[in-house]
Amino acid sequence: MDRHISTPITAEVTRNFHAGDYVYISGTVYVARDAAHKRFMEVLDRGEELPIPIKDAVIYYMGPSPARAGRPIGSAGPTTASRMDKYAPWLLDLGQKAMIGKGKRAKEVIDAIVRNQAVYFAAVGGAGALLSKCIKKSELVCYGDLGAEAVLKLEVEDFPVIVVVDREGNDLYKTAAKEYVR
Amino acid sequence: MIRTISTEEIIVNIREMCIEANHYLSPDMGKALKEAADAEQSPLGKKILSQLEENLVIAGAEMIPICQDTGMAVVFVEVGQEVHFQGGLLEDAINEGVCQGYLDGFLRKSVVGDPILRENTDDNTPAIIHYSLVEGNKVKLTLAPKGFGSENMSRIFMLKPSDGIKGVKKAILTAVEDAGPNACPPMVVGVGIGGTFEKCALLAKQALLRPVDGHSKIPYVRELEEEMLQTINQLGIGPGGLGGTTTALAVNINTYPTHIAGLPVAVNICCHVNRHVTREI
Repeated sequence: MDRHISTPITAEVTRNFHAGDYVYISGTVYVARDAAHKRFMEVLDRGEELPIPIKDAVIYYMGPSPARAGRPIGSAGPTTASRMDKYAPWLLDLGQKAMIGKGKRAKEVIDAIVRNQAVYFAAVGGAGALLSKCIKKSELVCYGDLGAEAVLKLEVEDFPVIVVVDREGNDLYKTAAKEYVR
Repeated sequence: MIRTISTEEIIVNIREMCIEANHYLSPDMGKALKEAADAEQSPLGKKILSQLEENLVIAGAEMIPICQDTGMAVVFVEVGQEVHFQGGLLEDAINEGVCQGYLDGFLRKSVVGDPILRENTDDNTPAIIHYSLVEGNKVKLTLAPKGFGSENMSRIFMLKPSDGIKGVKKAILTAVEDAGPNACPPMVVGVGIGGTFEKCALLAKQALLRPVDGHSKIPYVRELEEEMLQTINQLGIGPGGLGGTTTALAVNINTYPTHIAGLPVAVNICCHVNRHVTREI
């Protein structure tokens, strides 16, 4: 079913999500992909604090194209989430509640989703122009030297995603494909 | 007759082609997506396909790249043997065109200068350039920005001759099934059969440049293209990998002579943003 929700995404909110739900997110979403996650781990290893408030956070795996004048952002679709599988369980255990990306997740990540009552959403891959229209504001949080891989704070409005892995551990990629096998 | 071409002309064209390819797909791709949206049986799949069509409209109208992964620039250069270049090295001109196109066109700079040290080159260079010498006094440039969501799911299989066409079919299906939702389906599947290790990878990449509404001229290859497209679309992966009857828009297969001891098969997967622009100078 279709749902409209506002961030932060708490355990109270994830309770209502089921694999296959269509969800429109409004509010604050953080952007981080490969290189930023690697730095997050280095920060944690040094015993320092993460540069984003991780509790109940939504992290969007994305690296936008540059914004033209007068626009908050360029093209902004999801990147393949499995490259963050190595890091995601750590962040989920620290309180992150939602991930937005595309593609399959490792068992360790799905276990961490269940353990932390979190959720994995997919946005439509390759629809970066369309998705950028839901991003109203974008500001640099840190790691500007990483260019397209910098950490950003976005304000989004009705950003469309689909629940792929819910907190029961149901995985839409596994169940949905079976329905259409001929 | 020998013809002189200024490398400045190459720079200008490559620059424009980078911008064009990242904002507009070729008409055959648009048509294939529309037909897929009409035929798709899953309601969610249908919704995703219509969003992809809408995405293409927005990209062209508002000059927002179709996908944020504006790719690594792959350039095929067919140089007529009677062409003389003036003004500098052809390779420098191509890279300068890529640099200008990606900077001026607000395209993402996605190239790191070293695969292990991973520092961004900040101008999307170097391009991957494939040259060939042909008849005549013209230069044909094809620019194909390649995103890595799908590139990462591409595979090479060094099969045995005894594996035959059955082995080829299995290799293609294995690559597509493993790619699943990661490669942003509906995908275009480029297959190379034959040659050597590197030649069959190149064949697969070149197969992606062919129109998605055409077929090989070799009868058995044409049949294989049709059969594999049908089989892939029965896997259930669907648009976005979220279930459905549209997993691929086309399977294009290129073949080449090979060694008595081998049967190389390469599967180069491309997402639905199968970008390529060709110009002749």
